[in-house]
Amino acid sequence: MNILGIESSCDETSAAVVADGTRILSNIVASQVEIHARYGGIVPEVASRQHLIAFVTTIQETLSQAQISWSELAAIAVTVGPGLVGSLLVGVNLAKAIALARHLPLIGINHLEGHIYAHWLEGNNPPAFPALCLIASGGHTELVVMRGHGQYQPLGRTRDDAAGEAFDKVARLLGLGYPGGPVIETAARTVTTVPITLPRAWLKGSDDFSFSGLKTAVLRLIQKAEPKAAILAASFQEAVVDVLVTKTVAAAKKHRVKEILLAGGVATNETLRRHMASHSPIPVRCPSPALCTDNAAMIAACGYFHLKAGQIAGWDLDVAPNLMLR
Amino acid sequence: MAQGIFLDLVSRSPRETQHLGSYLGELAQAGDIFLLRGGLGTGKTCLVQGMAQGLGSAEPARSPSFVLVHCYEGRLPLYHIDLYRLECVEEVVELGLEDYFYGKGVCVVEWAERALSIFPPEHMLISLAYLSPRRRSLRMEPKGKRYEEMLEQVRYQIAAGRG
Repeated sequence: MNILGIESSCDETSAAVVADGTRILSNIVASQVEIHARYGGIVPEVASRQHLIAFVTTIQETLSQAQISWSELAAIAVTVGPGLVGSLLVGVNLAKAIALARHLPLIGINHLEGHIYAHWLEGNNPPAFPALCLIASGGHTELVVMRGHGQYQPLGRTRDDAAGEAFDKVARLLGLGYPGGPVIETAARTVTTVPITLPRAWLKGSDDFSFSGLKTAVLRLIQKAEPKAAILAASFQEAVVDVLVTKTVAAAKKHRVKEILLAGGVATNETLRRHMASHSPIPVRCPSPALCTDNAAMIAACGYFHLKAGQIAGWDLDVAPNLMLR
Repeated sequence: MAQGIFLDLVSRSPRETQHLGSYLGELAQAGDIFLLRGGLGTGKTCLVQGMAQGLGSAEPARSPSFVLVHCYEGRLPLYHIDLYRLECVEEVVELGLEDYFYGKGVCVVEWAERALSIFPPEHMLISLAYLSPRRRSLRMEPKGKRYEEMLEQVRYQIAAGRG
């Protein structure tokens, strides 16, 4: 059963065809990173205009790469939120138009749930439930127990800045560019001396996160004109990874999950992947980097399980920019 | 002179900043606009967290830098807008924030200095600055009668030992 996935919640225009929720036939991602790098972040109006320009080619390319025709599609799955409202609208309206024209069922997908489904695209051995998911990206830092398909128990989330947002803001402070994750990771690799110990917000007794104080601590050190950018980058990355790993492993033990699933753009960070795996007694899964960052294959995979559960949207399907995982 | 009115406050902790925000949230009425300016780490999001609490939102306020607008449902909806990612006034104009400004909720804008000229002339301008690791200064400048009255209520509460 082939599902066409459509994703435009932020700055990636993506379309994909996934068979049976597990096999990627094609996954095209047209990134706007270069455009946004000039601004040090996403510019919403630029984003929605670029989606509009990129979508038609992206979808045509997706179908031709998958070597299937419109009639071989079973449904269309589209991200409805969370994300930038203008960007989401482009994807949702496009999906509706195609669904209407081709008489296909339409499925609305929560982008955060989509990130988790990247794990179903990695071979024949799907994750075992219950699993603990850490979804960390530019807009989100969520810790959720997944008890079955579509069954989520949120444990905690960031109280201020998302982990990826902290990477972006600190990279900008250090003059390293955008996106923050890769540039900080690269700068940190050049450091051999022991980094400075930056403050960690543990928020004891809660599964929430806080990265705002860490960002401020980096700013104060820069204002004192003390260490080099690479040293600060390494210290910052170490602090973020330490908090994410410690809190995730503690929650995984507490909730007796069978696996830890990393998801979202921050899960591409090598240091995070390595530390999580070495500090956890519970098996840790990391999707391949291309499936961690925003892509439509994960949306199509998620859509397959919704379709199997009979969760089909009506024509009143709307965007939900502040959608949460419940 | 009307434009000379302001109130300078010093917050000694994030908790105090939230407390002030919470009081502003309690005082807020539909259509109120709060513009916040001040660099990274001066307590803007912290103040908004208090405002969301004061308005009775069950959901805690978080940084909306990524999606630009968060909405919290309480006694009135609170629209938490963050212009951090934007560079110039034109980009802010294209966002079409008017729907929020002239809506039924309360608006609070972080990084308002990115586009001060586009906001409605009547608002409460709050400038935050760093003093020491825990202390922050907050200057409240009311623009218009509604906000002058609000400032009087804040003064009164502070004199009474709150906030």
